Amino acid sequence: MSIKFSNVIHSYGSSSDHWTLKIANWEIGGNESIFIHGPSGCGKTTLLRLIAGLINPLQGSISVLNKRIDLMDQREKDRFRANNVGFVFQEFNLIPYLSAIENVRLAQKFAGRQIKMAELFGLFAELNLKDHDLHKPTNQLSIGEKQRVAIVRAMINRPNLLIVDEPTSSLDKTNKDDFMRLLMDSTESNGTLLLFVSHEYHLSSFFNKAIALNEIAQIQGS
Amino acid sequence: MFLTLAVKSLIHRKVAVSLSVIAMSVSVFALLGVEHARHQIKDNFYNTVSGVDLIVGSRTSSINLLLYSVFRVGSPTRNIKHERYEELLGDENIKWSVPISLGDSHDGFRVVGTIPVYFDKIKFGKKKDLSFSSGRSFAEPFELVLGSEVSSALGYKLGDQITLSHGISESSFLEHKNFPFTVTGILEATGTPIDRALYVGLSGLELIHMPPNQVRRSIKELDKGVPIKVDEITAVMLGLENRLTTFKIQEKINRFQKEPLIAVIPGVALSELWQMVRLLENSLLLVTILVFVAACLGLSAMLLSSIRERHKEIQLLRIIGAPSIFLFLLIELESLLITLISIFIGMFFLSFSIFILQDFLVSFFTMSITPNIFNRDTTRILIILIIAAFVTSIVPAFLAYRSSKNLVI
Repeated sequence: MSIKFSNVIHSYGSSSDHWTLKIANWEIGGNESIFIHGPSGCGKTTLLRLIAGLINPLQGSISVLNKRIDLMDQREKDRFRANNVGFVFQEFNLIPYLSAIENVRLAQKFAGRQIKMAELFGLFAELNLKDHDLHKPTNQLSIGEKQRVAIVRAMINRPNLLIVDEPTSSLDKTNKDDFMRLLMDSTESNGTLLLFVSHEYHLSSFFNKAIALNEIAQIQGS
Repeated sequence: MFLTLAVKSLIHRKVAVSLSVIAMSVSVFALLGVEHARHQIKDNFYNTVSGVDLIVGSRTSSINLLLYSVFRVGSPTRNIKHERYEELLGDENIKWSVPISLGDSHDGFRVVGTIPVYFDKIKFGKKKDLSFSSGRSFAEPFELVLGSEVSSALGYKLGDQITLSHGISESSFLEHKNFPFTVTGILEATGTPIDRALYVGLSGLELIHMPPNQVRRSIKELDKGVPIKVDEITAVMLGLENRLTTFKIQEKINRFQKEPLIAVIPGVALSELWQMVRLLENSLLLVTILVFVAACLGLSAMLLSSIRERHKEIQLLRIIGAPSIFLFLLIELESLLITLISIFIGMFFLSFSIFILQDFLVSFFTMSITPNIFNRDTTRILIILIIAAFVTSIVPAFLAYRSSKNLVI
């Protein structure tokens, strides 16, 4: 299980003269937890989008979990993401009118997987989510509860890769520490490759490896 | 899960969705209401006269004969001699015949001179019998039966004395003041022109048009069993022994040598008359279609604006693995749910309104409309509504599909 970039050039236009991100060669692998840091607007999110196949590079090749994601069509990418990739976002991006259970089951449905309700409730219980909160629309949950639901949703399909984008920027220190602990526990127990992007360098202590984006990529404003 | 997502999404945007549901329910109410009324009016129109195989009158157009003999509109060009009616009675193919005589009125309502058999043989609707809400048929020359609308409009009751006026104008100068009629019966409402007339015996009608001294003599003779001689009548309703002989009898009457007559088949004449009001019928249909198109466009606009609001939600669904077609179908399902809810509400209120206003519609507009709006036509309209809603939702659904293709996290 690895992520491999070879001679990748990304541009928001169609010309390589106006590139925004260049990565000559970069590879990570195993059950690592990688922390990628850099100032806001430096291209961290662009890197995640390339890895998730949400955008395609102008040139070069990207292999994710040993599959050429840049060569997949839209349907293959959808299926690949549903089966292999979990996401946690800055605002946790839960569907506000669905309950915690429904948010999680929706992610399962797209991956075509089934999990017994008892197992699901067990998972929520492990993350200290009370039964009566699981049936509330997620817009009625606290930030701490939302982040835990987001972790369950990201991990429910036991993804090989978990992409986490600035999840802690709006959290206070206590919530931040709780979130990090839960995240690390969940990924370690599942053997998931964790790719965590943030501008908060002090979080790097939680990870096996910390990489500054400008160490692996050339960045230029388009 | 797909349905849950659509339902909860609609509930989440309940204000905008409610407005769309209200707009669409009103249009379903209007569309089905106008369509139902149109069909019922058409049915009522065709059911105005039932069980009559031929109507015979002096030669004129079939529509004119139908108008004055059934709808009590306009006047005959000439009357026909009573002898012709007697001749028709002798025809073995004719099972029954009911003469009618028009020409007098009361307070703007037509007076129909006829025989008591009229109330047994003349039907309405799907061969429904006429019935009396109170009293009985006339038996004596100066007895009278009221149509339900005449009774309710003028407030007459059994035993009241009524005088008739010569002619059909509301302000007739010649009133038969010396010969009042006594109300002996009031008919049940039928939702047809029958409700808007007064019914007297042919002999009574004949008597009031005689000089006073001749009236006294005729009444004395009547007491001795000598019937009052009727000279002319306006039209005759015929029932035949065998309906297969209709055209034969019609042709025979139309070729009558002694007097120029015309026999019309009520159903055929009604069709011809309905063709004349076709333009109005089509205009009504056009208005209702426009109302529905407006509601569909409203639904489409609501869904379009919701796509913009839901951009983030759409992106999220895509990121967790929802294919773009899922988003397309989700918007279509939401549109379908809004349409189904609107149809249910629109139909419920329409049935309820008709149920509540049923008696009022019969009393004031002589429109007999049933609250049961389910029929083959309604089903067809509902299917068209659902297809139309699907089609008008294609644009917002496609926008959601396209928006989901351009993923941004």
